[in-house]
Amino acid sequence: MTTDSIARLDRDARLKALNTMTTIRLAEEEIQNLFMANLVRGTTHLAIGQEACSAGVAQALRPGDSMTCTYRGHGHALALGMTLRAMMAEMMGKASGACKGRGGSMHMTDQSIGLLGANAIVGAQLPIAMGAALTAQIKGSGAIAVVFFGDGATNIGVFHESLNMASVWKLPVLFICENNLYGEYSPVRATTPIDDLAERAAAYGMPGVIVDGQDIEAVYSATLAAAERARAGDGPSLLELKTYRYRGHSRADTGPYRAPGELDEWLKRDPIDLLLGRMIAAGEIDQAEYDEMRGAIEKAVVEAIEWAQAEPFPELEAADDYVYYPG
Amino acid sequence: MPEITYRDAVQKAIADEMRLDDSIVFFGEDVAKAGGVFKVTPGIYEEFGAERVRDTPISEQAIIGTALGAAITGLRPIAELMFADFIPVAMDQIVNQVAKYRFMSGGQFTVPLTIRAAQGGGGGFGTQHSQCAESWLMNFPGLKVVAPATPLDMYSLLRAAIRDDNPVVVLEHKYLYTLKGEVPADASPGSIGEAKVVREGADLTVVALQLMLHRALEVADKLADEGINLEVIDLRAVAPLDSETILRSVMKTNRLLMVEESPRQGGWGASVASMIADRGIYHLDAPIKRVNMENSLIAYSPVLEDEIIPNAGKIEKAVRDLLAED
Repeated sequence: MTTDSIARLDRDARLKALNTMTTIRLAEEEIQNLFMANLVRGTTHLAIGQEACSAGVAQALRPGDSMTCTYRGHGHALALGMTLRAMMAEMMGKASGACKGRGGSMHMTDQSIGLLGANAIVGAQLPIAMGAALTAQIKGSGAIAVVFFGDGATNIGVFHESLNMASVWKLPVLFICENNLYGEYSPVRATTPIDDLAERAAAYGMPGVIVDGQDIEAVYSATLAAAERARAGDGPSLLELKTYRYRGHSRADTGPYRAPGELDEWLKRDPIDLLLGRMIAAGEIDQAEYDEMRGAIEKAVVEAIEWAQAEPFPELEAADDYVYYPG
Repeated sequence: MPEITYRDAVQKAIADEMRLDDSIVFFGEDVAKAGGVFKVTPGIYEEFGAERVRDTPISEQAIIGTALGAAITGLRPIAELMFADFIPVAMDQIVNQVAKYRFMSGGQFTVPLTIRAAQGGGGGFGTQHSQCAESWLMNFPGLKVVAPATPLDMYSLLRAAIRDDNPVVVLEHKYLYTLKGEVPADASPGSIGEAKVVREGADLTVVALQLMLHRALEVADKLADEGINLEVIDLRAVAPLDSETILRSVMKTNRLLMVEESPRQGGWGASVASMIADRGIYHLDAPIKRVNMENSLIAYSPVLEDEIIPNAGKIEKAVRDLLAED
């Protein structure tokens, strides 16, 4: 995608994008603090640095569209509209969490906003999104499905099965690869023989688009174009969003495998700073106004955590609820 | 009353349900235009069309994952995996996704999904095309697993599976496809998780399903001539497992034998034995016995395959051994 084809958002849309990305950033920083303080158990996977990917895609969707995503999914969930309270309560295993405490950090799900589930098995969410696309296709609803996955997922078998079948069936689904350059602790080039994963689309007869994953307007534009194609019945696309995670793979990983200076280079193109700078240059916001926005978000994040901490855990008698539908 | 084959019962159940519910879709490898590799689903594609009935690539994970995604967004899919031996290819989707999707979302979704596959030995298909899958799948809460033995049960339990708002794996036994039986025109959907006493007797309870049920009934007929009366239970489903029907029978006969077309270790018979040890041990006059494939694999050579899969002779010997116990 060339710079010319990037649709510039209007001020309101940019404010929304800025708000979403800042919410994800601040929420995830607090989530990491909760885990490091052992206030919540298990592990967590942060997408700090990748906020433009989730926020840009979500902003291009319509009500009725569906999404599946990865265990690095807090950003996807918040971008699509999950509330901070539902997320924080789920993080802590509380009864009022998004999944009533059955899911946790890796399984954020909210049917009411079309979030069909974050998945803790690499790649498993690809065909599940295709099923939502099949429903849309058969019912003629005009809806699409999007599925987020990482660079590592493009090496798993179900990636091949999914892109192939989705293309044969012309399903209205967007395959969105967030290439953050590392599959767990291994750099992409150690596990994958090509630099541009979008090239793989050619094998499935679908467009493969390389997108600047740090520029939310580029992500938004590419998603909108692929979505229009899918809604028109022309089938799926593969979008490769070039991005970077500032933190390690999971809670305990500090990222010692990174090349010296690599993180600093990426910090120069921070997705929030990039949009904020553009807006300040255009006179759409000033630093003081942004600081005010940020302060309000920080307050909302802290309020959601405090609220969630006071919420009750699930009843023990309910341990086997939701295994089967009783009807 | 019309007699149809077990094979036709599958086709009739799918067609009858698809006529009643537009949200049912059916897909798998060669199920549409070819009518299935076992010729089980002819005419479905012709009647319901290319939108609802689809051939897929050879992509078991994509088949099950797509069916799951469709099930949680408003369709009622029937996904076929052809040979049950291919179930392990899609095991992540079945085990980590389908079985857990309702639970890990905190009950946000129902998963009205039917997965069909053909299983069982006796046909010379070799090691990778002859296995029975019910015992593999019973260790995953969230799944229901049925394995019908007659055309009527095939018809009524497949219809029940399609209507169920939980994921149900329906296992069809290849050896039984040509079996004929009565299926009334007004046969209604069955109840998943109910075993059935198919032959009453006072001397010993035999629990089996599918091909092994028919072999057990053969033995029961033979022994009846000697005045030995076996009570034979068709388990029909391993999840949910109908403990009550088995327990009631054991309380009457005081002896229990299970016949399984699968390896001994980890089979459903072990779960039944454990249940009876827990709840019915004081009603037993003899140890619980199981006839299995021991821990062997199914060989291609006809003489070896016949030796490995439990036959009437082995079942009869086990019955006589048990009756000799005091």
